[in-house]
Amino acid sequence: MSRFQHPFRATTKTVGLSAAALIVAASTASAFTACQVTDTGGIDDNSFNQTAWKGVEDAEASFGITGRFLESQAETDYEANINSLVGGDCDVIITVGFLLGDATQTAAAANPDQRFSIVDYAYDPTIPNVLGQVYATDEAAFLAGYLAAGMTKTGILGTFGGINIPPVTIFMDGFVRGVDHYNAEKGAQAIVLGWDVDSREGLFTNNFDSLDDGRAYAQNLYDEGADIVLPVAGPVGLGSAALADEVGPEALMIIGVDADLYATDPQKGHVYLTSITKRMDATVMAVIEAAMNDTFEGGLLTGTLENGGVDLAPFHDLDAAVPDALKAELAALRAAIIDGSVPVRP
Amino acid sequence: MNDPAMKSLLESRLIGRSQIEDIVIVPLFAVFAALVLGAFVMLATNVSLPTIGLSFLALLKGSVGSLNALSETLTAAAPLILAGLGLALGFRAGLFNIGAEGQVLMGGIAAVVVGFSFANFPAVILLPLSLFAGALVGALYASIAGWLRAATGAHEVISTIMLNLISYRLLDYLLGLPFIQKEGRADPISKSVPEAAELPRLLAFIDPNLRVHAGIFLVLAAVAIVYWILFRSKLGFEFRASGENPEAARFAGIHSGVIIVAAMATAGALAGLAGANQVLGVLGRATPGFSAGIGFDAIAVALLGRSHPVGVLFAGLLFGALEAGGRQMQVDAGVSIDLIGIIQALIIVFIAAPLLVRTLFPWGFRKPANPKGRTP
Repeated sequence: MSRFQHPFRATTKTVGLSAAALIVAASTASAFTACQVTDTGGIDDNSFNQTAWKGVEDAEASFGITGRFLESQAETDYEANINSLVGGDCDVIITVGFLLGDATQTAAAANPDQRFSIVDYAYDPTIPNVLGQVYATDEAAFLAGYLAAGMTKTGILGTFGGINIPPVTIFMDGFVRGVDHYNAEKGAQAIVLGWDVDSREGLFTNNFDSLDDGRAYAQNLYDEGADIVLPVAGPVGLGSAALADEVGPEALMIIGVDADLYATDPQKGHVYLTSITKRMDATVMAVIEAAMNDTFEGGLLTGTLENGGVDLAPFHDLDAAVPDALKAELAALRAAIIDGSVPVRP
Repeated sequence: MNDPAMKSLLESRLIGRSQIEDIVIVPLFAVFAALVLGAFVMLATNVSLPTIGLSFLALLKGSVGSLNALSETLTAAAPLILAGLGLALGFRAGLFNIGAEGQVLMGGIAAVVVGFSFANFPAVILLPLSLFAGALVGALYASIAGWLRAATGAHEVISTIMLNLISYRLLDYLLGLPFIQKEGRADPISKSVPEAAELPRLLAFIDPNLRVHAGIFLVLAAVAIVYWILFRSKLGFEFRASGENPEAARFAGIHSGVIIVAAMATAGALAGLAGANQVLGVLGRATPGFSAGIGFDAIAVALLGRSHPVGVLFAGLLFGALEAGGRQMQVDAGVSIDLIGIIQALIIVFIAAPLLVRTLFPWGFRKPANPKGRTP
């Protein structure tokens, strides 16, 4: 929460500095500027914010635009950060995260000529100058739940979230229902600790930046017998992976979220069974392209399993550990989710 | 005039050159040295020289370069000054209160709850009532540590740190109560306060994005009141006497227990006001992270301001400027906001070690009159 509490954050960010410097050096005067406001957790969180920022970086590489970002260190920063971009020359302002919903709405109302896009928030009714990017994450999480139920040796799976908000719990919903589906199909008894779909209550760290919490929560679930844990809390999950790294993937595997964490967190890559990818990079880039071509309209952009907006990452190092029969079932389930014959929501 | 007694009396009444150096010159050099070291940190992380220049220009532009920049500086400075004043008062009374963060949280949530509970009251009643609730709950929360110290001798550094931890979880719990939680949300977030409870934005008629609010008047009043309490009232004399020498104060008939609780309560009231200032002036509601480290940054502000109300005012403005300017550094130069954290930390290091500053910049100070050097 504060600089004094988390000295670790300062050191992790210096890695990002060099990247930022390169961006500044590379950016020449170009016609189009895309600006991004991150949520807490930072631009280099290996997952949520970083994936969204990758969309801007990809657009820089493909379209030659200029990208800028502002990191939010606390919720008090949201409004100020958006405001300081409104005064500048941003052609589109992309706010990253559900928690920025209110601040984005206020800014969009005060600046009707400014184009906004927000990740993980759907306004009802839609706002003419805001394009929401939302994801049917439960479709991919359903697959992950099925996979985890097929892989667990203890019959106990664990999950925890950052904050009890819809874009987080949709992962947990899909995961639990995927496990239930496996149980129903196979007559298995796998259970999920950390989330109750019906009472909407579960384990939450109540932040998106403490790696210590990620480790502690995973330790608790591990102590309760869980051998596969799904942390849905951005960089917090890196702390869980650190624990899995110590006890070894035979005892504890992690399912990543947002990005393919095998790629973004390579030192601990061997502990990730898979990742539930949420292709914010693809939707952010699509938003930028729409704004450049003046086809931008307020409304909703939804990423699904069908259009590749959400997916299950490869198993990488643990590929050999996943039985071929389970892989075949997953492929069939994937097709069934896309054509609607297996509903992921009741 | 050659009477030695007269001379010593005069010296005690006038602020000596040494004090001016401590209050003005040391902080100036500390800021300068921190900026230079900050530039080295940027160099070490592969930021090019032109970018470093650009980022310092952005720091200036973002803090004082425009009306919006000034508005942001004041908005960021207000809670730091309020909480910093409370801490300064505690320091004067010999209490090292680390608990401002918790007091900010408790005061803020109290202000929010009163704000939305009496939503149909007119602003003239509701706003003062909400502010008062913030101050009162902050004072009560801080008094726990004061009482523990006075009654049992438990050190306030430890008890306030523990009370901070309790306040985080208590806030999480409170924000989940149906009576406080926003309708339709499952995450910890409070209901919004009505407009009548909000500190009005002062420059909204120019541009709705200008966030500076009436909290700055609260700040100025608090500076004056704390100055009066500390240096013009009997209570303040007792605070300072207890801080300078608790033994002597006790023999002079000052009730140390009462003074400790009173000093902690006053400090807590100001921290609670800082929390109320944030929720009523900036956020309009409470969330788990709304304190954003104000209570910890305020310790630095109080130290930088040498525990003097006017010093705290300027130190808070400096920290507010760094925060607002740091945002611009990110926008213009793409330099990480964490660098601002590093610069703030460096300033504190230099302020806390005045002898280091004197050694680094010997030409800025008068030579010590006595060979032993002077005490900082």
